[in-house]
Amino acid sequence: MMELVCPAGTPAALRAAVEAGAHAVYCGFADETNARNFPGLNFTREDMAEAVAFAHRRGAKVLVAINTFPRAGAEPLWHRALADAEQAGADAVILADIGLLAHAAEHHPGLRRHLSVQAAAANPDAINLYAEAFGVRRVVLPRVLTVAEIAAINREIDVETEVFVFGGLCVMAEGRCSLSSYATGQSPNMNGVCSPASHVAYSDDGRDLTARLGGFTIHRTPKGAPAPYPTLCKGCFTSADGKGAAQTGHIFEDPVSLDATDLIPQLARAGVRALKIEGRQRSRAYVAQVVRAFRAAVEAQAAGQPLPRSALARLTEGQAATTGAYAKTWR
Amino acid sequence: MPADLPVLPGLLGLALRPLPLFPLNRVLAALTRRMVAEHPVILRRLGDHADRRFLIDVTDLPHVFLLHPASAGLTARRRHDLPPHDVRLTGTLAAFLAMMHGAEDGDALFFSRDLAVEGDTSAVLALRNAMDDAELDLSEELAALAGPFGAPVRRVVARAERISGLALHRMDGTEDLA
Amino acid sequence: MDLTVGPNQFFWTAEAVSSFHAGLCDSPAARVVLGELVCSKRLPFWQDAIPPAVEALLAAGKDVALTTLALITLKRERKLTSDLFDMGLPVEINDLSALNHLPAGREFWVGPLVNVYNEGTLRWLARRGARRVCLPPELPLASIAVLAAAARDEGVAVEVWGHGRVPLAISGRCYHARLHDRAKDSCQFVCGDDPDGRDVDTVDGQKFLTVNGVQTLSQSIASMARQVEALREAGVSSLRISPQTGDFAAILAGYADCIANRLSGADLARALVPLVPGGRLSDGAGATGAAWSGG
Repeated sequence: MMELVCPAGTPAALRAAVEAGAHAVYCGFADETNARNFPGLNFTREDMAEAVAFAHRRGAKVLVAINTFPRAGAEPLWHRALADAEQAGADAVILADIGLLAHAAEHHPGLRRHLSVQAAAANPDAINLYAEAFGVRRVVLPRVLTVAEIAAINREIDVETEVFVFGGLCVMAEGRCSLSSYATGQSPNMNGVCSPASHVAYSDDGRDLTARLGGFTIHRTPKGAPAPYPTLCKGCFTSADGKGAAQTGHIFEDPVSLDATDLIPQLARAGVRALKIEGRQRSRAYVAQVVRAFRAAVEAQAAGQPLPRSALARLTEGQAATTGAYAKTWR
Repeated sequence: MPADLPVLPGLLGLALRPLPLFPLNRVLAALTRRMVAEHPVILRRLGDHADRRFLIDVTDLPHVFLLHPASAGLTARRRHDLPPHDVRLTGTLAAFLAMMHGAEDGDALFFSRDLAVEGDTSAVLALRNAMDDAELDLSEELAALAGPFGAPVRRVVARAERISGLALHRMDGTEDLA
Repeated sequence: MDLTVGPNQFFWTAEAVSSFHAGLCDSPAARVVLGELVCSKRLPFWQDAIPPAVEALLAAGKDVALTTLALITLKRERKLTSDLFDMGLPVEINDLSALNHLPAGREFWVGPLVNVYNEGTLRWLARRGARRVCLPPELPLASIAVLAAAARDEGVAVEVWGHGRVPLAISGRCYHARLHDRAKDSCQFVCGDDPDGRDVDTVDGQKFLTVNGVQTLSQSIASMARQVEALREAGVSSLRISPQTGDFAAILAGYADCIANRLSGADLARALVPLVPGGRLSDGAGATGAAWSGG
C-alpha cells in the first residue's frame, strides 16, 4: 500500500491523523526551524516525545520537518532541533538545506533523512546528488512535475519518492521563492512562513472585502463570494501589455488547492512510494476528514478497486480544486 | 457554504435576548477562568497574543463579547457601545461553536465567509490553533461549572444541541464530519 | 570591490544580445556571466551569439562564466547542462543538480538562485570546488557579513545582487504564456515582446511584480547604490549588475565610480532613476512590503 503522510500542527491534530488512518505524520518544532512556523502552532520538545510515543503505540511513524534554511550565525538552533528529533524517537527528519543535511549525515548517521520539497529537487541529477552526498532515503518531489516526469525520475533513482496529493499548492518551485519575502520581509526559507498572517490586513467596506499583504492589495472579493487567504501567488493582479490592453485576474494561479485523488493509480504506476497531504496549519477536524478519505483511497488502490468518491471540496481553498502540474495542463 | 451551518433558531435567540448582562457576565467569567485553568495549552500557544483583546461579534446574538485571554476575561457588551479591541471576529454562533469544537475547520469557515476577521490576523490564527489543540468541550465545561448539577446540565445541553443543530460538545476526530 | 555582469534574464534577439556583449568589452565590469538562465526554449534563437561574445570578452580581459538554467527538468535540459562543462569555461550553477555533472576537481561559481543561507552550506560548496558565490537576494546584511567571513576562510569570493529586477521565483508554469491564454509548450515566445519583463500591478494600481516567462521578478529595480560601504565592510567583493535595456554602459560606469569613491551613493541613485525601467529603485534597507518596494 502507498504510505499516507499526514500533517499535524498540534498534538491534537496528530492524534486525529493517527486515529483516522495516517501511516505517518509529519510535524515540526515551534520555532523557525520548520516551514510552518505559524502563531499558536507546532510542538514543544515534550509534545514531540509524547507524540512519537502515541504514534508508535498505534503503528504510525512521525517525521520531523526541520526544513527551513538555517540562519547564518545561528546554525546551532537547527542542529539542536536535529538532536532533539532523534532524542524524541522520530522515524525520520525532513531537511532542505545542504549544510544541515551534511551536519545530519555526519552527526546523526542513524537518523533517517528525507529531502524536503523545499529543496526543490526536480530532476534525477539533483536527487542522486542528495542521495550520494547525504544518504537521503526519500525525496518529496516539487509540485512542478507531470506524472510522466515523475515516472521517468523514478526509473533513474534508487531512493523513494513522495508527492503531494491534497491541500495548498505552490505554483513556484518550492524553497526557491522570495515573493513573500519581497512583500513582507518574512520568507518561507528563512522564517518558515509564506504570506504571514502578521502582515495580512482585511478591510470590509460593506460591499467588498479587501485583503492586503505587506500593504499590497492581493484580492478584493464581493460580499458572499468565497474569500481565499491572501497568499501572494494566488492573488488577483492586473497587467498591461504595453499596447493599451490590460488583463486583470489570477496571473500566477487561481485560488484553488490541489486534489490529485484521481491520479492515485497513475502515481502508483509511476513508482511513487508515499502520498503527502498538505495542511499543518489546518484544524484537527480538517486533518481527520482528509486523512480518512485518503486512507480509503489508498486501500482501494492497493486492492485494485475503484477509488471511493469523496466530498473534500468544501475544505479546499476557494472551494475549487486542481490537479496542478501533474496532469500536464501547465505545459 | 461549508456544511449547512444552522442559524440560531428564533426561539433560542429570543430566549437569550432578555438576559441582563450582569449574571451573563458572571457565568462567562467563571467559564473562561475554568477553561484557561484546565487547558494551560491555550495560554502557552497564544504566547504574546494572549494579551490581545478579541472582539467576538456573534451576528445572531444580541451582544458582542470581548475576550482577553491573558486575564481569562470574557465579557458580554452591548453592540451599540463597542469596546476597544485589537481584532474583530464576526460570524454566526454556529460557526464559532463549530470551530471551537472541531466540527469545522477555521480556514474552511473563513474561505466560505462564515467567519470574518478584521485587525490582528495572526492573533486570530494563534487563538484558533490554541483552541483546536485544547480540544475544548463546552458541554463538559458547563457541566463542571454546575458542580452537583452537572448531570442535568449535560442533559439540557444535549437537548439544546438536538433542537438547535449547534455543535455544543467536542467532536471526536473519528466522527464523520461530511 | 568590483562589478560582475550577471546573465541576461530576459528574452532578447541575437542582435540585441550581440550588441549588449560588445558594449561590455570596454566597460569597467571585471567579469561577465552569460548563457540562458530562465527558459531553455529561448536558447536556439540566440545561442550562436555566445561563442563570439565569449571570445571578445576574454580578449578584453574579462573573466567569463556560463550559467546553467535556473530550473532543470527536461532530459534535453540535463544534457545541455552536462555539455556546459565541456566548454572550457567556469560554470555558474543556478540549479544545484548541475553539480551532478561536474567533472572531478573542477572549480565552479554559485549563482544567486542556489540557496546559500549559512556557513555549513557555503563550506560544503567550497569543498566541492566553489570559488565564487553570489548570495541569494533575500539575505539580510547580518547574514551577508557572517557568510563573507566564512567564505574568506574557504578562499571563496562573495558577491551580492547589486542592481536590477530581483529574481523572486521560478516555476514550471509560464506566466507570459498564461497571460496570452497559452500553455508553456505553445507559448509562441511572447516573452520576447517584453525585453525588461511584463509588469504586474495590484488591482489598486500599486507597482508590484514583473513576469518574465517562467520567472517572477520584483518590478522595482533593486540597487545597492546606497549600501556600497556597508557591503564592503561586510566583506563583499563584488556587486552583480543585472542586464536591462537602455544605457547599460552608463549604469556600469556609475557603479564603478561609486565603488571607487568618485561618486556618492545618493548621487548614483539619483543618476540611475531615469536609466531604469519603471524609474523606481529600492534597496531593502530596513523597510518591508510596500514601504520597501515603493508600492
